[in-house]
Amino acid sequence: MDNRYVTPAAYKKSYMAFIGIGILTLILGFVFLNPFAGAHGDNVNSTRFWAVLVQNSTYWMLLVNVALFFIVISTLAQGGWNAAFRRVNEAITSVIPVMAIITFIILLCVVVGGRYDIYHWLDGEAVAHDELLNHKKGFLNAGVFLGFTFVVLFLWSYLGRKINKLSRESDEMGAMDFETSKKFNAQNLKFSAYYIVIYLLSVASILPWLWLMSIDPHWYSTMYSWYTFASTFVAGIAMLTLFVIYFKNQGQLEYVNKEHLQDLGKFMFAFSIFWTYLWFDQFMLIWYGNIPEETVYFKSRLQGPYKGLFYLNLIVNFILPFLLFMKAASKRNYALVTFVSIVIIFGHWIDFYQMVMPGTVYNNPHLSWFEFGIALGFVGVIMWGVNRFAVKTPMTALNDPFLKESIIHHV
Amino acid sequence: MIKSFVVGTFEDEKVLFPAVKQVRKAGYKLHDVYTPYPVHGLDKAMGLRETSLHTAGFIYGLMGTMIAIGGMGWIFAVDWPLNFGGKPHFPLPAYIPITFELTVLLSGVGMVLTYCYLNQLMPGVKKHHFSPRATDDAFIMVLEMTAGSNEEEMKKFLADNGAIDINTQVAEEGWWFGRYDRDQKLYREKEVVA
Repeated sequence: MDNRYVTPAAYKKSYMAFIGIGILTLILGFVFLNPFAGAHGDNVNSTRFWAVLVQNSTYWMLLVNVALFFIVISTLAQGGWNAAFRRVNEAITSVIPVMAIITFIILLCVVVGGRYDIYHWLDGEAVAHDELLNHKKGFLNAGVFLGFTFVVLFLWSYLGRKINKLSRESDEMGAMDFETSKKFNAQNLKFSAYYIVIYLLSVASILPWLWLMSIDPHWYSTMYSWYTFASTFVAGIAMLTLFVIYFKNQGQLEYVNKEHLQDLGKFMFAFSIFWTYLWFDQFMLIWYGNIPEETVYFKSRLQGPYKGLFYLNLIVNFILPFLLFMKAASKRNYALVTFVSIVIIFGHWIDFYQMVMPGTVYNNPHLSWFEFGIALGFVGVIMWGVNRFAVKTPMTALNDPFLKESIIHHV
Repeated sequence: MIKSFVVGTFEDEKVLFPAVKQVRKAGYKLHDVYTPYPVHGLDKAMGLRETSLHTAGFIYGLMGTMIAIGGMGWIFAVDWPLNFGGKPHFPLPAYIPITFELTVLLSGVGMVLTYCYLNQLMPGVKKHHFSPRATDDAFIMVLEMTAGSNEEEMKKFLADNGAIDINTQVAEEGWWFGRYDRDQKLYREKEVVA
C-alpha cells in the first residue's frame, strides 16, 4: 500500500514562510518595541510586546492541547466514531511539547523579568500595600505560577507522547483479536484517565486563573476557567477540522467522509453556543449585580477602544457559526466548514486578545503587524509540527479496535 | 381515505434492504416501512426526502424570540415604563434568559404539534396497525395499491424478495385538517438507488 503522505511543496513553503514571518516579527519587535524598557508601564510598546506573546502562547498552547483532550474524552466515553481521523489528533498532539517549551520560556521571561505591567501581582511593593493582593499572595506568586505551569505542561507533553506511542505501537501489532484489543483499550483508558484529572485541575480550573485572570488580579469570576475552556475547545475543534480536511484533500484518511465532517461541525456549532452561554452568564451576572469591583472588568471592555472588539467577538463567535451551521447540509459542505473553522479560530484569537489587552496596555491597543506576525509564527509552528508527524506515520490507524465503528459511522 | 395495502413481513435487515431497493426499481408505491427500532440508512434506501420539521422549528423559534423581545419591550419601555434598580427601560441583557426560554418553548411545542400533524397523530386517535410484530421483532413493508396495480403480482414480488408473511389490508389513512385525500410528497423521485 503506497499512500504515504508526502509534503506538498506549497504546504512546506507556507509553513516556512509563516515561521519566517514569526521570527522576523519577533526580531523587529526586539528592535522597535523596546521589550527591556522596564515594567513600569510608561512605555506602551514594551508592555505590548510581552502582552502579545502571552496572549498568543497561551492561546495556541491551549488550542493544540484540545486535540489530545479530544482523544481522551472519546476514549473515556468508549466512542469510536473518530477512529478514522484519530491520527490527525495525534499529529496535533505531537506539537504539544514544542508549544509547551515556547509557552514556558515566554512565561518564564515575563515572571522572572518581573513584568508587573503584565501580571500586577509581581510588583512586591504594590502587593505589600494592597490588602486584597496581600491576601492572595499565597497563590499569586512567582513560585506557584511557574511551578504549576511547569508541572502541567510537562504532564501534558508526557501523556500526549504516551498516548501517541500506544497508538503507534498498534501499527506493528497486526489485526487484534478480542483479548489483545481489550488490553490495548485498557492501556488507553488508563492514560486517558490520568490526563482527564490533570485537565480538570489545569484548564478547567487553575491554569486560566494564573495565566489570564491574574492579569486583572483584583477582579475574579468563577465562570472564567470554563469560559476559557469553551473558547479554546471550540477553536481547537476548528483547527482539528481544518487538518482533517487538509489530509483528506491530500488523499489520506480514506475512511473519513461527510458523516465525520458533519459531526465535527456539530461540535463547533454546539460549543459555539456553549461558549456564548458562558460568556453571557459571566456578563449578565456582573451587569445585573452592578458591583463596582466586578463591573470594572467590563467597563474597560465595553467603553473605550475595545468596544468594537467586544461586539465583534459576539458576532464572529456566536451569530456567525450559529446561523451558518444550523442546517445539516452546511455542515457537510467542505468549503463552508473550512471557512467557518478559520473564522472561529480567528474569532477566539480575538477573544483572547480582549482578555489580555485591556488589563495590560489599557487604552492603547494595537492590532497591527506585531500581533498578526506573532500569531502567524505560531500557526507556522503548528503546521510544521503536524507535518513532521505526518511524514513519519500512516495517517489511518488500521489496527485501531474502533476503526470499524468509525467506518460505518452514520449520522 | 380508505386505501388497500399489500403488507409484507421481513425478519432480517439484510433481506429488507435489497427488497426496499427492488421496490423502488420496480416502481411500486411504497407506503412505509415499520421497524421495531430506528434502522440506520433505511431513510436513504427508501429515498425519503428530508423532513421540513426543522425549518418549521426555526420559524417557531424566531416567533418566540420576537414575541418575547417585542412583548417585554412594549410592556416595560412603552406602555408602563418602570425603573428597576436604575437599569435602562430596555435592558436587553436582562431580557435574554426569558427570550431564550420562550424561543425554546415555542419551537419545542410547535415542533411537537407539527410532528403530530405530519404523522396524523393525536392523543386518543386510533391508528391502523399493519402488524403487531412491527413493535416487536419484524420489519413490515407496506405497499399501497393504486388504480393500476395488480394484487397478485405485488404479492409474488414480495415473496420473491424474501417476505415471509404477505397479506392484503384495507385501512383508513389521515383524518386531520382535510388531509383525507391529499397525497403526501414523501419521496423524492430523483436518484433511484440501483
